[in-house]
Amino acid sequence: MIYREAGQFKTTYAADQAIFPIAQDRWLVLAGLVLAFVVPPALASEYWLQAVLIPFLVYALAALGLNLLTGYAGQISLGTGGFMAVGGYAAFKITTSFPALNIVAVFLLSGLAAAAVGLAFGLPSLRIKGFYLAVATLAAQFFLVWLFNKVAWFTNYASSGTITAPPRQVLGIMVTGPEATAGTRYVVALAMVVLFALIAKNLVRGRIGRSWMAIRDRDIAAEIIGVRPLRTKLLAFGVSSFYCGVAGAELVFLYLGSAETLAFDINLSFLVLFMVIIGGLGSILGSFLGAAFIVLVPIFLANAPHLLGLGLPVALQKQIELMIFGGLIIFFLIVEPHGLARLWQIGKEKLRLWPFPH
Amino acid sequence: MSQLYALLVGPFADMAGAPLFLVEVLIGGIASGLLYSLVALGFVLIFKASGVFNFAQGVMVLFAALTLVGLLERGVPAPLALALTVLVMIALAFAIERLVLRPLVNQEHIILFMATIGLNFFLEGLGEMVWGANVKKLDLGIPDESFKFAGVLLNKLEMTAAATAAVLVAVLAVFFQKTRIGRALRAVADDHEAALSIGIPLRTIWVVVWSVAGVVAIAAGIMWGAKSGVQFSLSLIALKALPVLILGGFTSVPGAIVGGLIIGIGEKLGEVYWGPLVGGAIENWFAYVLALVFLLFRPQGLFGERIIERV
Amino acid sequence: MNARRIWTSIVAALVLGGPLAATGAHAQAKEMFVPLLVYRTGPYAPSGIPIANGFVDYFNLINERDGGINGVKVAWEECETQYDTKQGVECYERLKGRSGGAVIVNPYSTGITYQLIPKAPVDKVVVFSMGYGMTAAADGRWFPWVFSFPTTYWSQASAVIRYIGQQEGGADKLKGKKIAHIFHNSPYGKEANPTLEDLARRMGFELTLLAVDHPGQDQKATWLQVRRLNPDWVFMSGWGVMNQVAIKEAASIGFKMDRFIGNWWSANDSDVVPAGDGAKGYKGATFHAPGTSFKVHAEIVKAVYDKNKGAGKKEDMGAPLYNRGVVNAMLSAEAIRTAMGKFGNKPLTGEQVRWGFENLNLTDKRLDDLGMKGFTHAIKVTCEDHEGNGPILVQQWDGKKWSIVSDWIAPMRDVVRPKLEAAAVEEGKKLGYTQRDCSKEK
Repeated sequence: MIYREAGQFKTTYAADQAIFPIAQDRWLVLAGLVLAFVVPPALASEYWLQAVLIPFLVYALAALGLNLLTGYAGQISLGTGGFMAVGGYAAFKITTSFPALNIVAVFLLSGLAAAAVGLAFGLPSLRIKGFYLAVATLAAQFFLVWLFNKVAWFTNYASSGTITAPPRQVLGIMVTGPEATAGTRYVVALAMVVLFALIAKNLVRGRIGRSWMAIRDRDIAAEIIGVRPLRTKLLAFGVSSFYCGVAGAELVFLYLGSAETLAFDINLSFLVLFMVIIGGLGSILGSFLGAAFIVLVPIFLANAPHLLGLGLPVALQKQIELMIFGGLIIFFLIVEPHGLARLWQIGKEKLRLWPFPH
Repeated sequence: MSQLYALLVGPFADMAGAPLFLVEVLIGGIASGLLYSLVALGFVLIFKASGVFNFAQGVMVLFAALTLVGLLERGVPAPLALALTVLVMIALAFAIERLVLRPLVNQEHIILFMATIGLNFFLEGLGEMVWGANVKKLDLGIPDESFKFAGVLLNKLEMTAAATAAVLVAVLAVFFQKTRIGRALRAVADDHEAALSIGIPLRTIWVVVWSVAGVVAIAAGIMWGAKSGVQFSLSLIALKALPVLILGGFTSVPGAIVGGLIIGIGEKLGEVYWGPLVGGAIENWFAYVLALVFLLFRPQGLFGERIIERV
Repeated sequence: MNARRIWTSIVAALVLGGPLAATGAHAQAKEMFVPLLVYRTGPYAPSGIPIANGFVDYFNLINERDGGINGVKVAWEECETQYDTKQGVECYERLKGRSGGAVIVNPYSTGITYQLIPKAPVDKVVVFSMGYGMTAAADGRWFPWVFSFPTTYWSQASAVIRYIGQQEGGADKLKGKKIAHIFHNSPYGKEANPTLEDLARRMGFELTLLAVDHPGQDQKATWLQVRRLNPDWVFMSGWGVMNQVAIKEAASIGFKMDRFIGNWWSANDSDVVPAGDGAKGYKGATFHAPGTSFKVHAEIVKAVYDKNKGAGKKEDMGAPLYNRGVVNAMLSAEAIRTAMGKFGNKPLTGEQVRWGFENLNLTDKRLDDLGMKGFTHAIKVTCEDHEGNGPILVQQWDGKKWSIVSDWIAPMRDVVRPKLEAAAVEEGKKLGYTQRDCSKEK
């Protein structure tokens, strides 16, 4: 009843291969996007923008990148923080060296820098698999963080050892720096995420995505049918690191405003991995759902006592928050091991048939 | 040219020039390495028997140490406190098996890994809520004195820790190889369903293994807690044990020891002799790079099971 | 399974509604709001708990004993950051609009401070990073909203060297001596390095820099190097578990603890606990006295603890970091009082409180009135100098408690101030600020 597909006939291959074949889906997503671009900058409070929506968008991009690598290509990586650091510091160096360069171009270039580094650290994946690879990527994480700490050139020899986003404009509007409003930064972040999500969706639907999934499922069989493991795995690392690099640049320029290496430490890597697993491995929507879960649940739990009128001491509140967060993760995994994306998918399936049971 | 010399020759000349100091560095490395193995053991046990990479092992170490110290602080005599802590860890193992592992039987490894992450957060909050967030002193009755032996400075506490670790590992190795339960554990690690089909009680095995891992966590918690006081950062030691795991192999108990020794010695030598050339604090990533180098030659670690892939 | 899925969806929906709660702001009359960013859980809790307790106890004292600052009560709300920058930013954003608007924020974390510095002039909230944070911000001409009095890391380093010189029998005796700086491998830990290197060049001592990787749980390699180097003095800029392990390692290699000086984040009760007796003799730098022998502590006991409003345990009063919290609260309160002197005894705005901070003149007599004679030093803040050039003290652990073992040691302003001003220009330009002219603002 809700999804009346009757009457929707596809007359071209292109129409049949659309990302959203059902018209209702298409309209819903379009409307959602328009609302997302228009409503928050106009209506949301600064807290919502600064502490909830912008981090959500930044993490969603990073989760997207990691999902491509871990969910689609099957290479577990714990070096996300390191690659984001490369993106952040590269963006800083590029924009301070070439102040006239458009900041979006700077983000893209920093993504390329991160991709190059990702390619280098992805080489072991040809030999090492599974959890061993995960731990090997930790080498990337720790080394990169150490490098940025050690070599003062990356911070332009700042005495403070931190990198600060310089003020930059796009089309006359302040986009980064202390004067950029949260609304502007939100719109830029949203635009980038939408663009890259579209690219990612098309990547995974096409030949490249299929070769990644082939490697993930049975890499020896994939090699036999002609998928080149070297190229495919390295491509996965490269693309994933590109996304993570852009996300890292956004983290520094659009979200935090300034960062030291501690912002990119191992906890960030784990956080992004959690998002990907909870959201659903091998699903573009899953990256978004996972990022939303990880960003929103702690904030909800932090605000809940205030909502309920409970005056708990902060330490106890935080500890209960941790316990509930952990409990929720286990709960969701038991309920749906394939992540929130699968829950969504099942929901949609039910909606397509509703009110009929099957 | 001089840089090449400084990198390739200098440190060795350094080592040769002060042999007694080199011995101290090696002993320090061995002591550290054995402590890492102790933590890595917990990972190995659980991975070996249930195929789960227990992300929460570090927090289990912290939880065990917190429980022990909490009981000691409340005036419980040491042997009783130890026994009670063991009981607590066994109870924890039961709870984990019932609430986390049983509902997720036969799921993919990465899902189980994520579940242990949830467990990690949960235990973190629980441990701190029950026992408080302050640093607690762990007094083992072993004086932290150093004494000179043949010109080399040795530390009593470290020797004890190293010896304990070695003994524990030996006991566990024997346990796995020679006893019935050990064989059952290895069967379960190979294939859950096959083990079930020949009558091995999966649930009991899991409880046993997580309890043993819990006991190992107590030992690790005691040794590390004596060095830094029992506090939250104990849970971060798990990160130090990961290179040991990948070097030695996720499924090998002797691998944990050998891996620990190699990482410990390698780390210390690297930091003391090569560290100053690049500004120091290279220990963290040096251990991983070392492990990575070994992995390139043996992708499943030195002693890990060679996974035979079938298409 | 179906019911489970329904429950899951409900939970997911609730989660999305959570942040809606964050918008509640209820202004109270006759109250000023100070958000407290604390870390009572997580890896740095042993340090964060006493600071938070000291803070809360002093504000409670003012409210209970005096009825507030000149009749205006101080309202606060704690927010747990776990020393994490992102949580700190979230806490700040959530609390800055509460109860009529925050006027001061004490980030207690260098990372969070860096995040809040650009927001301070926009949100009109004073960032009071007492003895930590961005050292360059001590130049008030570039950073009018950031204050770090009574002193900064660079001044501390110079003062510690001066103390070592005194101990060696004169600054000229430092020539040829070996001093090691063991530091946390982060921007915080590295703060003192340029100053130390500069002083090493000027005074002729041999400086060795030893970085300890975060978190510093295993420092065997570092202390082996110390053993090999055999320095005359060791200075430590540590944090968290690094402190405890360092002190323990130093004790176990038999280093003379009275030659080991920690900076003011490395010399708290919690740091010497694991080493036990081995820590005897360990010294630390500080800018206030430890212990509870001051009148203000007795008053806190009377007005707060006796009424069961104490934030922590009575036995934990007097720890160096507890007293740190007390000093921080006291300085905040005195700055507000100074501002009230000009703008009237009513709840003030951020701008007015900022003026109060910038014109704070804390005299010895005032300290005496506060019951803090000898507790901390008099300080005067000016438009150019948000540091106040406060002197430091050296305290020593005797196995049971800390006691002061030195006189007030002035920092080497002639060495530190020029570099500070240069750094301020650099950092200020990065944020697009312009230097203000202090003479024009009188």
